[in-house]
Amino acid sequence: MTSQTTQTDPVILEMRSITKEFPGVKALSNVSLRVKAGEIHAICGENGAGKSTLMKVLSGVYPYGSYDGDIVYQGQVQQFRDIRASEHAGIVIIHQELALIPELSITENIFLGNEPTKRGIIDWGEARLRSLDLLARVGLRDDPDTPIKEIGVGKQQLVEIAKALNKSVKILILDEPTAALNESDSQHLLDLMLGLKAKGITSIIISHKLNEIEQIADSITIIRDGKSIETLDVKKDGVDEDRIIKGMVGRTLESRFPDHTPKIGEVFFEVKDWTVGHPAVQDRLVCKGSNFYVRRGEIVGFAGLMGAGRTELARSVFGRSYGRFIDGHVYKDGKEVVLKNVRQAIDAGLGYVTEDRKSLGLNLLDDIKTTTVSANLRKISHNFVVDPNQEFTVAEQYRKSLRTKTPSVEEGVAKLSGGNQQKVVLAKWMFTDPDLLILDEPTRGIDVGAKYEIYGIIQQLANQGKGVIVISSELPELLGLSDRIYTIFEGAITGVLNKDEASQESLMKLMTSATRKAA
Amino acid sequence: MNALKKLFGGNTRQFGMIFALVALIIFFQFATDGRTLTPGNVINLFNGNSYILILAIGMVLVIIAGHIDLSVGSVAAFVGVTVALALRDWGIPWWAGVLLGLALGAVIGAWQGWWTAYVGIPAFIVTLAGMLLFRGFNQFVGKSNTIPVPVEFQYIGSGYLPEVGPDTGYNNLTVLLGLAAAAFVVWGELRSRARAKALGAEVPETWVTVLKLVLICAAILYATYLFATGRPGTSFPIPGLILAVLVLLYGFISSRTILGRHVYAVGGNRHAAELSGVQSKKVNFLVMMNMSILAGLAGMIFVARSTASGPFDGVGWELDAIAAVFIGGAAVTGGVGTVVGSIIGGLVMAVLNNGLQLLGVGADLTQIIKGLVLLIAVAFDVYNKTQGKRSIIGLLTRNFNRPGAGPSGPTQPDETTSTKEAIAREA
Repeated sequence: MTSQTTQTDPVILEMRSITKEFPGVKALSNVSLRVKAGEIHAICGENGAGKSTLMKVLSGVYPYGSYDGDIVYQGQVQQFRDIRASEHAGIVIIHQELALIPELSITENIFLGNEPTKRGIIDWGEARLRSLDLLARVGLRDDPDTPIKEIGVGKQQLVEIAKALNKSVKILILDEPTAALNESDSQHLLDLMLGLKAKGITSIIISHKLNEIEQIADSITIIRDGKSIETLDVKKDGVDEDRIIKGMVGRTLESRFPDHTPKIGEVFFEVKDWTVGHPAVQDRLVCKGSNFYVRRGEIVGFAGLMGAGRTELARSVFGRSYGRFIDGHVYKDGKEVVLKNVRQAIDAGLGYVTEDRKSLGLNLLDDIKTTTVSANLRKISHNFVVDPNQEFTVAEQYRKSLRTKTPSVEEGVAKLSGGNQQKVVLAKWMFTDPDLLILDEPTRGIDVGAKYEIYGIIQQLANQGKGVIVISSELPELLGLSDRIYTIFEGAITGVLNKDEASQESLMKLMTSATRKAA
Repeated sequence: MNALKKLFGGNTRQFGMIFALVALIIFFQFATDGRTLTPGNVINLFNGNSYILILAIGMVLVIIAGHIDLSVGSVAAFVGVTVALALRDWGIPWWAGVLLGLALGAVIGAWQGWWTAYVGIPAFIVTLAGMLLFRGFNQFVGKSNTIPVPVEFQYIGSGYLPEVGPDTGYNNLTVLLGLAAAAFVVWGELRSRARAKALGAEVPETWVTVLKLVLICAAILYATYLFATGRPGTSFPIPGLILAVLVLLYGFISSRTILGRHVYAVGGNRHAAELSGVQSKKVNFLVMMNMSILAGLAGMIFVARSTASGPFDGVGWELDAIAAVFIGGAAVTGGVGTVVGSIIGGLVMAVLNNGLQLLGVGADLTQIIKGLVLLIAVAFDVYNKTQGKRSIIGLLTRNFNRPGAGPSGPTQPDETTSTKEAIAREA
């Protein structure tokens, strides 16, 4: 079937020399994109390369007239004034941040703004029937009356797609659809995309997960610094991950991890019998008697599927900032320490970099220098009065040593790209001079080049004799970085593997161990 | 325009507000044939608004932390009546009365802070309840009577700096204060400039700094002249002095201390603040408590000025204070705002009120105009934000700006400390 489509190949969408300027910045310059009907077309590029801007131009978020160039769709030049216009034409974009209303039901969300009516009154019977049909098409078997807030992110994504299908979509644009999904949900979504392709729906996917792109895409357009670099035909050109990375960064990466020889010392941090209850649900445990230790200079990985309790474990150890503490002991340098709040945890030499940079990690109103010192204001203060000169000097130091790309440390953090924001967050925690730094998904949403730099920073911290815990959903990242890896499943630690004995397969087995036993 | 902007650093929003205030004053000066900038009127303006401005100082911190306080008028009235009664019936000295009032404010604040911070009830609800509660207490305790206060106590609301030293034709203390303020501004500006230079940060050209200092000092000295040449017996008013001290103190606390940073952090992103070791409950508690202490102070000043406490003192004050804060550039969502901005916002409202009164405009029209001003000021701010955080000056000078050189942070600490004194007296 695929061979057939490659022969006829009508181009459904062509974006010709799109140029989009913001005051002082050229976000896109002469970008071209040709999407063939019925294919899955991936757009790859580092953060800030202009992928999202291009999709906003296509979907009418930036209306006709605010950019230069032409959008030719189904043989005609289009002039979308807003998102409604592009949706009307059959181009639907699903953003990374889902646009669903948590309190409303699946049906209500699918038909939001598009309700079927009978004489001006919403016909819920009809809506429900149609949503059952739509849910079947995306493979979701939940009751359509379930409120959105009660289903997981993976299913929410499917509801978004069902919503798009209801609008008789011809081109479906997915912006980082699997960023927040676990492996099995991701796989389901990718299968669904292939299924939609078989039904003739064209998809454009933006993703940082190159293995997924390699798996499902027919063509790949690479964008770098606001310019379209090349378009690859996956089958014809025999594209693999390294080839995509080469296009994205403009050079070949010899290695995705910097060289590192660990200098591991004695055990200095240990957690025993750590048991924590769910903050809202009685009797539900998110950590079940976990034991683990960290040695000086060691990078310890924590592997687990999303929802396995990795973040819960880390945050509850970090000053009980999550859940109800039930039992357990923390030992540091051989002595038991009791960390009842974040302040005590920081004072005891712990640091925690959250997985959710925007809503938990940063005050987006702040500038770089304020953020850098925010977890250790005392160090730059005399009698509770902040010394702005020291603040500036400290921020400047970290800007230079971490190579944060910014015109100055007075710049707002909201303006930085994901990788640079993460560097600022890292600087903030490095400035607290922790003995143990816990990094929760440190490279989520960060492009390849910045990832390499962040890995380097992590290794540097370990070289200084600090312990580092890395929590990650990306197994290759854990394998490349960690000296030792714990696996977590349903709140319990199910195993620990040394670097030389760990592989994706062995980890995956331990990460899903209880299921295997149950089955 | 670009040069004008440089004068006040990168903070265009604050600049816009000062500009609006100056324009307003000049407009009324002409419209009222010079009756606006007379010693008598300026002193009046200060005396009649100092308590609202004091409330605005507390309110901006509450709003930065992401809350609101609707109870300030009632709290002020309750504290006022209690102090008035204590002075009359127990015969305690005036200073003991002031201490009693501040302590009562702290207790009330602790009550509201406890509900807000530790029980987790939204401040809107807690203080709405407080508004009813303390109004009721005021009328219950005072039996809805008017209770006069002794003359010594009236000094804090309607007193002036005394005449000392040789007869120069001016009020000597006021002149000294004015000169000291000007000297302080010059010293502060030069010092921060020298430090910035030492750190290798960008400093404005010399002429910009000089012009800026000349303008500010001229404003201070002109205000000093007005205050020092009032009719005999008047000079710089005591409430104005209290206000100036509070502006300096709170401006410093909010921009330069750890506690101040924590208030902005909690308002900007509470979860991020907590994960950085900020004890947000404590911060919220303190902010709410502080508000009631200042409300108590405002209530006492009002009672002292009107020589008696009554059952309807402080009605509607909360709205004036909130309006001042929002005109002064704070955000409803928290995390944004400055003490100085709120004072300027309050002064804009005060000058407007005063000018319209001098022009003989009725209370009806005055309210309509004030309502529109509030709406337009905030709409202007919202519009700027959607336009990439540029003010009108920024829009006009768009082509001259470096990319992304707009104001970035909510606070511009150095600048606020150096111009604070000047602004407090500019009216």
